[in-house]
Amino acid sequence: MNFSEVFKQSNQLCKVSPDGKYLATCVQYRLVVRDFNSLQIAHLYTCLDPVMHMEWSSDSLFILCAMYKRGLVQVWSLEQPDWHCKIDEGSIGLVSSRWSPDGRHVLNTTEFNLRVTVWSLCTKAVSYIKYPKACQKGVDFTADGRYMALAERRECKDYISVFVCDDWHLLRHFESETQDLAGLEWSPNCCVLAVWDNCLEYKLLLYSLDGRLLSSYSAYEWSLGIKSVAWSPSSQFLAVGSYDEKVRILNHITWKKITEFEHPATIINTKAVVFKEVEKRPVVGSEDLSIHQLTVDNSLFSTQSKYEITQLPAQVPVIKPDPDRANPKIGISALAFSADNRFLATKNDNMPQSLWVWDMQRLSLLAVLEQTAPVRCFVWDPRRPRLALCTGNTKVYLWSPAGCVSVNVPVEGSFQVLSLFWHCSGSSLVLLSKEHICLCYVEAEEEK
Amino acid sequence: MSPSRLYTASVMPPLPLSSFNVSSNFCTEENISECILYINQELSSLCFPPIFQNSDSIRDLDAVVALNNIHDLLQLHRRAVGMMEELEVEQLKSSSDLHYQHLTNSRLKDQLELSKKENMRLHERERQLETNLKTLQNCLKDTKEEVQRLQGIIASRAIQYNHDIKRREREHNRVKERLNQLLIAKKENKQGMEVLNYVGRSDGRRCLWKTGKTESRHEGDMYKTLLSEFDNRQRELMVENIELKKVLQQMKREMVGVLNSKKMSQKEEKQSNDMDQTNSDDDELLKGHPEMSCDHAREKLTNSIRQQWRKLKHHVERLDSQASMVQDEDSEEVISKQLHEEEMERLKLEIQQCKEFIETQQQLLQQQLNTPCDEETAAVLNDSYMLEEKERLKEEWKVFEEQRKNFEMERRNFTEAAIRLGHERKCFEDDRAMWLKHQFLNTPFADQMKPQSRMADEFSKHSGREEKLISISGKVSKSHL
Repeated sequence: MNFSEVFKQSNQLCKVSPDGKYLATCVQYRLVVRDFNSLQIAHLYTCLDPVMHMEWSSDSLFILCAMYKRGLVQVWSLEQPDWHCKIDEGSIGLVSSRWSPDGRHVLNTTEFNLRVTVWSLCTKAVSYIKYPKACQKGVDFTADGRYMALAERRECKDYISVFVCDDWHLLRHFESETQDLAGLEWSPNCCVLAVWDNCLEYKLLLYSLDGRLLSSYSAYEWSLGIKSVAWSPSSQFLAVGSYDEKVRILNHITWKKITEFEHPATIINTKAVVFKEVEKRPVVGSEDLSIHQLTVDNSLFSTQSKYEITQLPAQVPVIKPDPDRANPKIGISALAFSADNRFLATKNDNMPQSLWVWDMQRLSLLAVLEQTAPVRCFVWDPRRPRLALCTGNTKVYLWSPAGCVSVNVPVEGSFQVLSLFWHCSGSSLVLLSKEHICLCYVEAEEEK
Repeated sequence: MSPSRLYTASVMPPLPLSSFNVSSNFCTEENISECILYINQELSSLCFPPIFQNSDSIRDLDAVVALNNIHDLLQLHRRAVGMMEELEVEQLKSSSDLHYQHLTNSRLKDQLELSKKENMRLHERERQLETNLKTLQNCLKDTKEEVQRLQGIIASRAIQYNHDIKRREREHNRVKERLNQLLIAKKENKQGMEVLNYVGRSDGRRCLWKTGKTESRHEGDMYKTLLSEFDNRQRELMVENIELKKVLQQMKREMVGVLNSKKMSQKEEKQSNDMDQTNSDDDELLKGHPEMSCDHAREKLTNSIRQQWRKLKHHVERLDSQASMVQDEDSEEVISKQLHEEEMERLKLEIQQCKEFIETQQQLLQQQLNTPCDEETAAVLNDSYMLEEKERLKEEWKVFEEQRKNFEMERRNFTEAAIRLGHERKCFEDDRAMWLKHQFLNTPFADQMKPQSRMADEFSKHSGREEKLISISGKVSKSHL
């Protein structure tokens, strides 16, 4: 595994272009576009204010930089570096900004979610969408980029609008049977929209593309409900994570639960493997502690770690959540399917140091990774069944069905990996610390 | 308990006075004396003075005494009757008492029965009430737990609501502030977009205007997407369905095969014949249309599979029970017992053979270990082998050493020879150079060939080792020319 040198970034803004050729990072008010393979700076743009949000267009030709404080959005072109576009929302303010799937429209959400303005880069047309709902996930585009679903709230009722992204024509507008819609997500095959209620009521609704209610699912009443939802890439399964520390898998034929995955504090399932991260501190003799060594050789302070397999039954460390706080830290907050549909990774908030990997073919627990610090971020390789995770220390961890490995980021000073993502080819990882990024080139084969 | 009973049972009727008639059967004209005697006796036995004394005359009765006796007798009689009457009365009384006691006894017995029953009933009731109490206590506990759980839920929901309300209130305040700002602010910050030039669409086409046609096209596109998705899914499900049907049919065939191959009783054979019949029916039905999901065929298939499976299960269970029964008693199925026994015998024999084999092996091994019992000879033998080896190695070593020495010597000779050769060559070179110099300086141009030949003659005198130098010198001289 090779590591590149370190580059600066601010606000964790670092994105790879959809075609994988460029890497864009924001450093305060500068936008730096590098060629991904050589890491040479290809373009440099200057915005009017520190950038809060940056996004590539789907065809990798344009980059959007949003500055919420000033209510500005600037769009830059890669083909024509001197092309410029500035969208000023004025006194109405700006809360979020995103591309449309065709890469030619910018959707701005104004402050207080008053409306969504659709700016076109092709024509002078401007569209407005009223009463958008401010919730966990109120807007979603289909994978083929043809339709957009938007959650609306009018007169204390939830509605869903489906727009055709071609010309922003309102295809369907129907009332949603939720009490307080928290999020919606299209299935990867673009035909089913999953809509879920907020945590006070466990309710998951499935609407067809034409607005018909296909099915409704509710596992239990009264206790806190759904925390996270994820579609499998083949649209076969819908994983629903809830506050009762369980993940329920629904199937796409009957929309009924086929199984539920529990996250118990004691693991007795003999088919599962529990990997525990064990830190080993290097032994330091007193003669070695010279100033020179301390400054140059940072391996003195960085601890090596490796994975050990724990005997079953194994105990998973649990942290009890504060009962007096809202949105308690309990329940399944993150779910991710692997690209080949075979694995599901979950994180239970009251076991923050553990990551659970489930085998979707056998519908059972495959592995549990127990880290020394709470897991901050985990992402699947877009090509292979390989999972990368980080816990905020100087290491990056990789799991694959063959085993798992922990790698120290060999950067001078310490590089605390706060988040990471894969390049679309799956051959490299981009690691982000508070103010820097580092690329990690990963080989196809993994060793234990 | 009726009085008549009382009287009739215990009392004899009193002697009726009217039964006394004048003509008694006791005394007649003939036996007066006997009667008198008899009466005297009787009177004397009763301690009455005799009415008649021993005298001569037969009919000499003492009238006074007789009258007294009669009077006494009458009194006695009266007294006796009185006593009898008293006794009768007393008897009546006691019998009525007894009767009464009987009655009370039976009454009390009945009462006792009743109270016992009542007691049992009360016990039973108490027991039921106790069980009721227990269940109610359990219910209470469950309800309390439920209540606690619901209270917890309510508390968390309340926290969530409060959090939400606070958030909304904060947002509301922010909106109000912003509204105030906007009302106060004089500068109108208009929103707009400035762009250098409009870019083309990513797919290169022109933007279309919104018309009714585009709307219907959108609808059409949407339904097409949905339909294609449904088609895909239906195709997949059909393929899966066909696969599963094939598997089921195969399973059924195999089950039938398994059931038929076992040695069964006639009854089972008959059943299997029936099964065959149904099987052939199913096969016929399904052969023609394997892909059509005809409800009737589908049901028949699943039912027949269930039947076969049940039969197989019964068969296996029966076999299991047979196996267990054989151990206890003489079972009905003689065949299986025989088989079982044969098997057992065979296994026992095998075990015996194996044991014997192991024993012989053990013995041989022991022998092997024991034969070098005098360890000295063994050691000597070993040593002798070792010595032989050693001797051989020593000899070889000697040979190698000699060869090495020879090689060394030869190498030394070679080096010396090489050194000498070098020296000689050097000298030769010097000489040649000198000689050439002389020749060149001395000989005229006409005699070019001669010095060459002369040089050749002179050189040929030298040893064969310097043949190379001839060619070199030849070259040198040629170069001069």
